[in-house]
Formats: sequence, C-alpha cells, structure tokens
Amino acid sequence: MGRVNQEGRAIRTGVDTGRCIGSGMCALTAGEVFDQREDDGKAVVLRPEPPADSWDAVRDAAGLCPTGAITVWTEARPDT
Amino acid sequence: MGDPLHTVSTLPTARRPGCPFDPPEELLEARRHGPLSSYTFPGGHVGWLVTGYDLIKSVLSDPRFSSRREFMRHPTVDYGGLQLPPVPPGEFLLMDDPEHSRYRKPLMGKFTVRRMRLLTERVEQITAEHLDAMEESGPPADLVSAFAKPVPAMVICELLGVPAADRPSFQAQFESFMDAEAQDEDAATAYTATRDRLGELVAAKRAQPTDDVLSELTDSDLTDEELQGMALVLLAAGLDTTANMLALGTFALLRHPEQLAALRADPGLTDRAVEELLRYLSVGKTFMRTALEDVRLGGRTVRAGSSLILSYNTANRDPERFTDPHVLDFRRQDGGHVAFGHGIHQCLGQQLARVEMRVGFPALVGRFPSLRLAVPAEEIVMRTELSDIHGVKSLPVTWDA
Ligand code: HEM
Ligand code: SF4
Repeated sequence: MGRVNQEGRAIRTGVDTGRCIGSGMCALTAGEVFDQREDDGKAVVLRPEPPADSWDAVRDAAGLCPTGAITVWTEARPDT
Repeated sequence: MGDPLHTVSTLPTARRPGCPFDPPEELLEARRHGPLSSYTFPGGHVGWLVTGYDLIKSVLSDPRFSSRREFMRHPTVDYGGLQLPPVPPGEFLLMDDPEHSRYRKPLMGKFTVRRMRLLTERVEQITAEHLDAMEESGPPADLVSAFAKPVPAMVICELLGVPAADRPSFQAQFESFMDAEAQDEDAATAYTATRDRLGELVAAKRAQPTDDVLSELTDSDLTDEELQGMALVLLAAGLDTTANMLALGTFALLRHPEQLAALRADPGLTDRAVEELLRYLSVGKTFMRTALEDVRLGGRTVRAGSSLILSYNTANRDPERFTDPHVLDFRRQDGGHVAFGHGIHQCLGQQLARVEMRVGFPALVGRFPSLRLAVPAEEIVMRTELSDIHGVKSLPVTWDA
C-alpha cells in the first residue's frame, strides 16, 4: 500500500453481494474500481485497494449505492 | 420533535401557473413544515405524506415498508375500501422480496452499465433517424410525437427483440399504452392489448430465440406468463418516464438558455446536465409504500397498515440536501438525487435511460441550433398533476430551416 490518505492510511473497499441490486451506480461512478458481473449484474470489486486518485469516486459510489452494499474502510477490515 | 404535525387534506391538482418545473406549492409548503406530514386519504384513512430527502431514503431502504399492490390505497380516489388484487406474476415493481428479486435478479445482468454502453451506437442511430424525419417534415414539429415518445419505444423494441416488420405496429401499441391516463377505460384496454402482444412475443421467442433480452430470459425457469409480466413492467416503468424526461427536459433547456448555452459550449457537461435534469424535473413524482408493522419515523409512529405517499419530487428539491434546490445548475456539485428511487426498487433501467438522454439531448440541440418553442411558454399544455408521471402533453417547437 504505497499510497496514503489524509490520515496517512490507504483505503480498501468491498461489496456485500447479498445486498447489491445491480443498480450500476458504483460502476458508473468509479469504473476503475467497480464493475458488474455479466450474469447477474452484481457488483465486483476490481481493485480492493483503490488507487489514491479514485478515493473520492469510491466514497461517492458508497454514498450513492441504493442498498448500502459498499463498505469503505482504512487499514484492516472492521469485522476482523 | 415536539412541533405540531402538519396536516395535508387534499393533494394539489395543479402547479403554480408559470412554474411547470417546480413541485406544487402545497407540497413545498408541507416540506417547509417538516419532512413528514399527516395526509388523510379520501376514504378517511389517516396516512402520511413524506416530503423530505433523508426520510424518503430511510423509508425506501427499510423492508418494513411494502410496495405490494394489494396493500395500496389510491391517494386521491375513494374506492370504498375495495382492495386491489396482487399484481400478476412477473410485475415485480409492486412486489416485495423475495418475490420481487425472483424477477429482478435475472434482469440485472441485462441492464448493467457495460451492456447499456454497448447499446449506445444503436441508440445514436435510432435518435438520428427520428431527428432526420423531424427535420424533413418541419419546421414546426411536436417534439413529443416526433422524438420523445418514439425513441424510447424503439429502444425497447430493440431490447425485447421485436422483429423489424412488427416494429411499427408494436410502437403504435406502446405509444397508446403510454397515452392512456390512469384509471379510465382506454387505459384498461391498452393494458390488455399490450399484455396480449407481449404474450405473443414471448411465445415467439420461446419457439425461436434471437439475440435479445427476452430470448435470453426464455433460457431460465421463468414461465411465459412471468416473462410477459416482466416485459410489461419494462414498458410501464421505462417508456413514459424516459419520454417525459426527453420532452420536459427539452422544455426546461429552452427555458434556461444560459444552461443550454453551457451545454452546447461544453459537451463534457452532458452527463452532469442529465443528472441535474433528472433531479430538477423528477418526472416520477410520487410513489407509495405501506407500513407492514409499527415503525418509528421522523420522531413519529407510523402504524402497521398506514399508507405513505413519498414525494420524490420535493425530496429532490430539499433545501437541507441541495443548495439552491430550485435552481437548474449543470455545474452543481451535490449529486445523489432520488429521481430513480432508492433501495431495492431503484430503477432497473436507469443506465439505459442515461444512455438515451446522454445521446438524445446533445443530438437534438446539435441538430437544431436555432431550436425554440413554437408557441409562448404559457401555452404549453402540461399533464394533470394527478397523472403518475409529470410532463408536457405536446411540445410545439420550431427552428430556422
Ligand atoms: C428517465 C427515465 C426513468 C425514470 C425517471 C425512472 C424512474 C424510476 C423510479 C423512480 C423507480 C422506482 C419506483 C419505486 O420506488 O417504487 C423505477 C423503477 C423501475 N424502472 Fe425506471 N425510470 C426510468 C427509465 C426506465 C427505463 C428505460 C426502464 C427499462 C427499460 C426502467 C425500468 C424500471 C423497472 C423495471 C423498475 C422496477 C424496479 C424494481 O421494482 O426493482 N426505467 N424507475
Ligand atoms: S451501487 Fe450498490 S447496488 Fe448498485 S451495483 Fe454497485 S454495489 Fe450493487
């Protein structure tokens, strides 16, 4: 993790595919980090450690997700 | 929240004269009192009117609020306690999970950002064809019948794989389906006729699949009746909405020359212009939900069985969410409108609608640099406030030939 955010830590992101309803807001907003699966339209994370120049877009995507399926966190996963 | 509850006793039937793009004053007034008002339905049921952005989002992300048709109360007509039957199989807009996701899931892969972008070229062709025809036969022209209605109808034909020879008659069918104002007999006739034609189409695709969404879906455990219902939802949710965004959006562009000029000068502004038009116009004005259990909402208790009217329109003009909410501003920074809804029912076809608008508006204003209204703006006839989708009935435009 070469890049760091304001607090000095890189961000990570993940999608809860159980909640995802395939709206595509993430792929639209941060296309270099999120895509959608061909078969069921659910989100996939292309870059779980997004490059620094996409951090704003990743946070926007998390905010726009209609079902709150996207998590963004710094360092270790919150549930580990 | 100790404030007295604002009560709304009748829903507005018209907007303020000269303000065709702004929500009716009564609803803005309700929002000024707070995000939640009490609303008395015609039969006497005391339900709710939600006008605030945050509160609407919390309702839409809470499974205790149902979309099922059989629980719905009509907001303005008293049917004397008559309960609507559940929707037929496949019509998932008015279902809850898990039934809803049985139908939405197989469609999700067909409406991804990527697949819709692949359609861009085809949408460009369809758009150009209609602009050609409009240019040849005008000026003037009615933008609704020449452009706004036929383009989305044609795109849906494409998606459903309607054979080329049948397109004109399907298109006419779809347009009459759009025209029908809710509740009257014509609407019922148009609904049945459209359903029947979709049934025939499903049977044809089952017998001989081609390269389209409907054919792909025949390769699943969905029955013909279910596919017919799903196709009908695509039409019901996708046609009138997109058509009215194109027509009303053009009206708005023509009434905001500085925004139109900005868009013309900088095509890079298109995507944001489309989002801002979606927010500003909110053609899908209100949607309904029903509480399945007692829910605390905005400091009040919404009782099980209560009906809620959600005003997406005022949510998108909420001053607590958007700076200068009543200003159309393509350079606006605050995104996140609810014009496509929120939660599990958020518009399935939104990426398609975006492509149609991102292609449509620039193509139209690029083709006709002198495009203008052919009649004074006050003479443009708006749809009644009671119709589900806001828009113009027709939009006479002209240009220098
Ligand atoms: C600009 C045009 C459009 C607007 C403003 C719009 C708006 C909406 C809204 C607000 C909802 C949610 C309704 C609710 O909360 O109960 C919705 C749902 C839906 N829309 Fe759209 N829509 C548009 C275009 C389309 C298109 C082009 C299609 C498909 C071809 C489409 C298909 C659907 C479907 C299938 C649903 C139901 C989703 C579900 O229940 O899970 N829409 N739309
Ligand atoms: S924005 Fe949310 S619901 Fe939409 S595709 Fe991405 S993860 Fe799924």
